[in-house]
Amino acid sequence: MTLRRQARARSRDLIPVAVVFVVVVTLWEVVLGVLGVKQFLLPRPSVILAALVTEWATLVEGLRYTAVEAIGGLAIGSVLALVVALATARWVFARETLVPVAIAANSMPIIAFAPITNNWFGSESPASRMTIVAVMVFFPIMVNTVRGLTMVDASAIELMRSYAASDWQVLRRLRIPNALPYVLTAFRVATTLAVIGAVIGEYFGGPRQALGIYITGEATLFRFANAWAAIIMACLLGMSLYLVVLLAERTLIPWHASGARADGR
Amino acid sequence: MTRTATVQLAAGPVRRSVASGPSRRAKAIALVGLLAALLLVWEGAKWLGGDPWRLHGSLLGIQIDYEHVPPLQWRIATDLALPHVWSIIGTFAEPAQRNGPILAQVLFGNALFTFGEALVGFAIGATLGLGLGIFFSQSRTAERAFVPYVVASQTVPIVAIAPLVVIFLPVGWLAVAIIAAYLTFFPVTMGALRGLRSADPRAVELMRSFASSPRQILWKLRLPAATPYLFASFRIAASASVVGAIIGELPSGIPYGLGSSILNFKQYYISGPEKLWATIIVAAMLGLVFVGLVRAAESWWSRGRYRGNGT
Amino acid sequence: MESWPLPGERDVNAGPAAPGPRSRRSSVVQVDHVGKTFGDGPDGLVALKDVDLAIEAGEFISLIGPSGCGKSTLLRLIGDLTTPSSGTVTVNGKSAREARLGREYGMVFQAPVLMDWRTVQKNVELPLELMGFDKAARETRARAMLDLVELGDFGQTHPWQLSGGMQQRVAIARALAFDPKLLLMDEPFGALDEMTRERMNLELMRIWRKTGTTIIFVTHSIPEAVFLSTRVVIMSARPGRITRIVDVDLPQPRTVETRELERYFEHVTTVREALRRHEGGDGGEGGPDPSEILQIRAEGLA
Repeated sequence: MTLRRQARARSRDLIPVAVVFVVVVTLWEVVLGVLGVKQFLLPRPSVILAALVTEWATLVEGLRYTAVEAIGGLAIGSVLALVVALATARWVFARETLVPVAIAANSMPIIAFAPITNNWFGSESPASRMTIVAVMVFFPIMVNTVRGLTMVDASAIELMRSYAASDWQVLRRLRIPNALPYVLTAFRVATTLAVIGAVIGEYFGGPRQALGIYITGEATLFRFANAWAAIIMACLLGMSLYLVVLLAERTLIPWHASGARADGR
Repeated sequence: MTRTATVQLAAGPVRRSVASGPSRRAKAIALVGLLAALLLVWEGAKWLGGDPWRLHGSLLGIQIDYEHVPPLQWRIATDLALPHVWSIIGTFAEPAQRNGPILAQVLFGNALFTFGEALVGFAIGATLGLGLGIFFSQSRTAERAFVPYVVASQTVPIVAIAPLVVIFLPVGWLAVAIIAAYLTFFPVTMGALRGLRSADPRAVELMRSFASSPRQILWKLRLPAATPYLFASFRIAASASVVGAIIGELPSGIPYGLGSSILNFKQYYISGPEKLWATIIVAAMLGLVFVGLVRAAESWWSRGRYRGNGT
Repeated sequence: MESWPLPGERDVNAGPAAPGPRSRRSSVVQVDHVGKTFGDGPDGLVALKDVDLAIEAGEFISLIGPSGCGKSTLLRLIGDLTTPSSGTVTVNGKSAREARLGREYGMVFQAPVLMDWRTVQKNVELPLELMGFDKAARETRARAMLDLVELGDFGQTHPWQLSGGMQQRVAIARALAFDPKLLLMDEPFGALDEMTRERMNLELMRIWRKTGTTIIFVTHSIPEAVFLSTRVVIMSARPGRITRIVDVDLPQPRTVETRELERYFEHVTTVREALRRHEGGDGGEGGPDPSEILQIRAEGLA
């Protein structure tokens, strides 16, 4: 597929999304305006936009603080997960026992742990949220990486064997490239988890400028437009991290991205 | 690699023997070993950098007087930050409040309450997710227009919208269930969409050759083909609904549920840190149990129909 | 490559015609009393029992038989992808393992097994990279191989952009890239349509003539086996064993006209009857291979 055709396909993908956006926002504005629903719960888009403008400095400050927590935790958790996966994938026994444990751990509400990390590092320290985020993203990334490293075409392994390739060569030239799509899929999940983990972690305490603290504070004061503006900022953070992963997929695994498109996804 | 599955399954008897991993028993032993290692690290950290403690008393007539002073001092190994394993276990048997029932009983009741909310949230979310999945699978335009928003919806920090939902809905537990549903519908939508699209195109053509209606194709072909995907997404949804229920309880002000226990014991952390730890352990167990129930439902449903996904 | 006699120049009939004792020194592959059992004890599945086979340099050997006759297992034993339960496999005077570690095998499977993340050129270079060739040598060699399979213009494309037949040609180029002494092919054209398959057969004959590599070729197709081979090894199942070896004395080079020769049809008939004799009316070679059924299911899932 040529680049131009790809670009055209992408813009074609965006049109329905934009249409929905415009329709929903307009309806929201008009319906709330006409019905005069309790403004404070679900403010009109124009009101939220005004709050975004007036509160801009505070919001950006909060976004920066929370972004550091989310991205820092994501970095720590993913590096650990990749290292553990690479270290254990080689041994059948290690991965066949660790993976079920990791899957089980992933079904636990890790966020409940947030008050504890607050106690460990102090609720003012971003390390508290980074730890929570790191633990939250660790399990999906580790499990998927182990899967990617091991779910290799049996014939490809035999092919490498017929070349008398060393374990290291098989890892570098076959297993790691094979794992990339799995790893990036896990990263898609992990980016949204990271933002949610950071914001919810802040619910249990954090410095005043943190986005999560700001949201709960404004909500308790019934300043919902401000709260919504902050929520939009958090969404933007989550979406931009997600888009970074999509971009990484396009550049790192183009064979997979186009294959996926051929599948109609 | 779409070819992968083909090749792996086409393998003869040769690879079957290689593929079998460690036995069930070996795995159980390893699991116990892993837990033991965790406890060892835990108590080891306390031994090296925790608070000093002394053993004073008599056992079988022998006077014991032992004092342990850890050589280091770590902030995360103090009794406040990391209580002894036995004091966490012991706290289950102690009354949660003066003259009240023991903590285990309190937490069990709260876990049941949270489970109820999570279950309702799961039911709402799974139904909504399945409906959206079917809708998107019927129309590419709908998929292109709405799926990005479904993905974006998950970047909304739910704790932020929780107070709004709680104010909006007067029935507390229902508000919490709605928040649980908000986290639940996403994996089910994506799983259903993938699953419904997974039907063999040749089988679809076969159905068309019988002049089947779209509804028949959905019921007789696409939904059965989607079940493995659906159950995989139900497992994720089950744990998400527990998370959603706990998070939803935080701002709801309901005096029941694990969320309220977490807030409560967080408040009195200084006087009894092990109670918060105990609550977290119960919350973790609740997640495990719910996912375990979905797994059991899957293996009951899938017996003989398709090879259940082991993971 | 020049060290091998080109089969086209060699009189195939000059070699020992009937199966019988062959001189060990001249054979590239020597299989002696080989047995293979999967699983242990009485439940074990006997895949091969007491198989003897000697293959000479420059030969083109087809292994044919019903499913479960162990033809793939025999190929994998020769390639040291599995080890025999009894007996020995010798390749160029060494054990199969030593031969594999000495990189004497080129393998081609039914699926092309190309790496999606590499270009076609880089896929062909893969074995050369593993074997430590420098960049310049790799590129020249890979380009030459792609020219050989007539894909010279496709070096920079990615495997997923090619048709099935083209992908399989890349796999052959890759297998030949490091000039292996022995080319092992496990139903390489089994997934291709009949027309592509016949074209690939001609192509393979051309490559074989040019390189002189010894080829062992597993197939389900009688016409394919007769058309390609200097000898067709017929196997039967339960337990897997060699029941007959047919010398194919069709003239070289084999071309489109070969398929119209009277002698060609006679050979096809001979092989078919030899196969049927050991079937006892159960299934026959036309019956579906269980692995193929599995594959259809797998494609449905993918």
